[in-house]
Amino acid sequence: MSLFDWFANRRKSEPDLKQTPEREIADGLWTKCESCGVLAYTKDLQANHFVCSECNHHLRVDSDERKRQLVDPSTWQPLNEQLHPSDPLNFSDRKPYADRLKEAQEKTNLTEGVQTGVGLIDGLPVALGIMDFRFMGGSMGSVVGEKICRLVEYATEQAFPLVMVCASGGARMQEGMLSLMQMAKISGALQRHREAGLLYIPVLTHPTTGGVTASFAMLGDVTLAEPKATIGFAGKRVIEQTLREKLPEGFQTSEYLLQHGFVDAIVNRFQLKKTIAQLICLHQPYFPTFPQQATA
Amino acid sequence: MSKSNRKTFLLEFEKPLSELESRIEQIRELAEENQVDVSDQIKHLEEKAVQLRKEIFSTLTPAQRLQLARHPRRPSTLDYIQAMSEEWFELHGDRAGHDDPALVGGIARLNGRPVMMLGHQKGRDTKDNVARNFGMAAPSGYRKALRLMQHANRFRMPICTFIDTPGAWAGVDAEKNGQGEAIAYNLREMFSLDVPIICTVIGEGGSGGALGIGVGDRLLMLEHAVYTVATPEACAAILWKDSGKSEQACEALKITSWDLKDLGILDQILSEPVRGAHADPMGAANLLKEALIANLDELMQLSPQQRREQRYQKFRNIGNFTDLAANGQLTLPSQTSNETHQVESKDNHHMETPPSHSLSY
Repeated sequence: MSLFDWFANRRKSEPDLKQTPEREIADGLWTKCESCGVLAYTKDLQANHFVCSECNHHLRVDSDERKRQLVDPSTWQPLNEQLHPSDPLNFSDRKPYADRLKEAQEKTNLTEGVQTGVGLIDGLPVALGIMDFRFMGGSMGSVVGEKICRLVEYATEQAFPLVMVCASGGARMQEGMLSLMQMAKISGALQRHREAGLLYIPVLTHPTTGGVTASFAMLGDVTLAEPKATIGFAGKRVIEQTLREKLPEGFQTSEYLLQHGFVDAIVNRFQLKKTIAQLICLHQPYFPTFPQQATA
Repeated sequence: MSKSNRKTFLLEFEKPLSELESRIEQIRELAEENQVDVSDQIKHLEEKAVQLRKEIFSTLTPAQRLQLARHPRRPSTLDYIQAMSEEWFELHGDRAGHDDPALVGGIARLNGRPVMMLGHQKGRDTKDNVARNFGMAAPSGYRKALRLMQHANRFRMPICTFIDTPGAWAGVDAEKNGQGEAIAYNLREMFSLDVPIICTVIGEGGSGGALGIGVGDRLLMLEHAVYTVATPEACAAILWKDSGKSEQACEALKITSWDLKDLGILDQILSEPVRGAHADPMGAANLLKEALIANLDELMQLSPQQRREQRYQKFRNIGNFTDLAANGQLTLPSQTSNETHQVESKDNHHMETPPSHSLSY
């Protein structure tokens, strides 16, 4: 063995420092900020709405936590929890869709990727939908579409304002065209909600892309976004591949959308609940008997 | 179209057929030169060719159908419009600074009556394709479409849309100008229109870019057209992590007209001329024209309210899931009376202030 080989072998046998997994954090006691890397005691972080106290980075929160942050305690009534996904195409890629669903359900303790229901926000009744990115990337299949659609119809019926917290990679490919059609289905329900003169506020959180952006995320009367969330229609990689060039700094962020006129306000997570309540109050009609409502 | 020109666009699965056909041609020429009567053999071979054609086109795989749907000679939106209508006046622009050549539209006279026709426009050759951006519409295209549809609604013209796009344009400009918002707006507003809307997938129905002009009272599809949630190539790259698996993705995604009919998404399949629409564009245009007129006649019988309600219900019913309450496996009090939706809280919290009262917003 030459000296060169010995060095080569030694290099191979040595653990690559870059590849060693990052320090495991015991049972989520501590959480590391994805942006600045600072470790925070998870309980403190939760008290801080999962916003890094060092760099104001908004960490991803699941639907239960979001519900806790937005809805007045003990006022949440879930709707349509009895809807379960099926596997209409008998789809299987590297893993059967049925297995993926089961895994996601076990991981999240949810039946599907969206929680819908009614609750009070600062004492105001609101129909609220919260997407959960943990459940197959918050992708929209038949159940997500149906639950949101039923929520919108319920809001129209009860004359409730509607709030949708969006976090999704888009349509769920494993349900094929049935997924794509959910975009149209929900947009149709929103058209009726709008026609009834009711308020709809989507809250765009990281990430909101694809079919969700091309339907209910962009159909708000007032559109809110969390700071630095990725919001866009096509994926960054797709755009880079088609154009073969680097994308501009800050492309497809909340700030970018605000600058180009597609978002009304970027709201810090601490202010979100208050802002929603404020907007609902601001939309209570100036004229108690608006001509349209008087005839209805 | 010259023969050599046609050959360059021959698809792989068509090759045995074209070989047989050229052999028949050769025999015929030889026989003519040598003054021999071979009409029996030729008749036999021609029968064989018909048989082969039937076999090939009735057993196409989804990937082969995708090839047909993307065939460079497949008739485009403007081809159909010009072949079907007695009069045609193209309208341009979104009235916000752009005119997208990838999405065209205007007023046509179909069977004596004015109809708003619009659709994605692919190019006829490479140069044209570059100008048309391969039928991938920009936000301004969808906004132009919306402008034309609202125009049609104002003048009580029915709307026919033709879907033929690999997908909405994914570029920096498209994102900057709100591709998602433009499509979303169309989805919502198409539910509000009073006039009949017929959408036909004539070639490639690619994802949200297709759906952006695809909300109607009827969804028709040419036999060999496809309609996908994502292009099979993208799907393979994302789910299989291997863009080479697109054939499998084609199969799994259920993209053919028959699959979509089974899933309850499609209303009608329009059978194409043998060997596909590109082999007989006029024949295909006639088939399409007949189908559009028949469907329009039916839709005209309904009131605007009925049409809107049916359009809503058509999309409302799309989806496949298990409703445990509906199956009686779980009984929620809310499911007995749909009007007053009082759902029991699943967590054990007490409802202090049940939000059942309705405020007037």
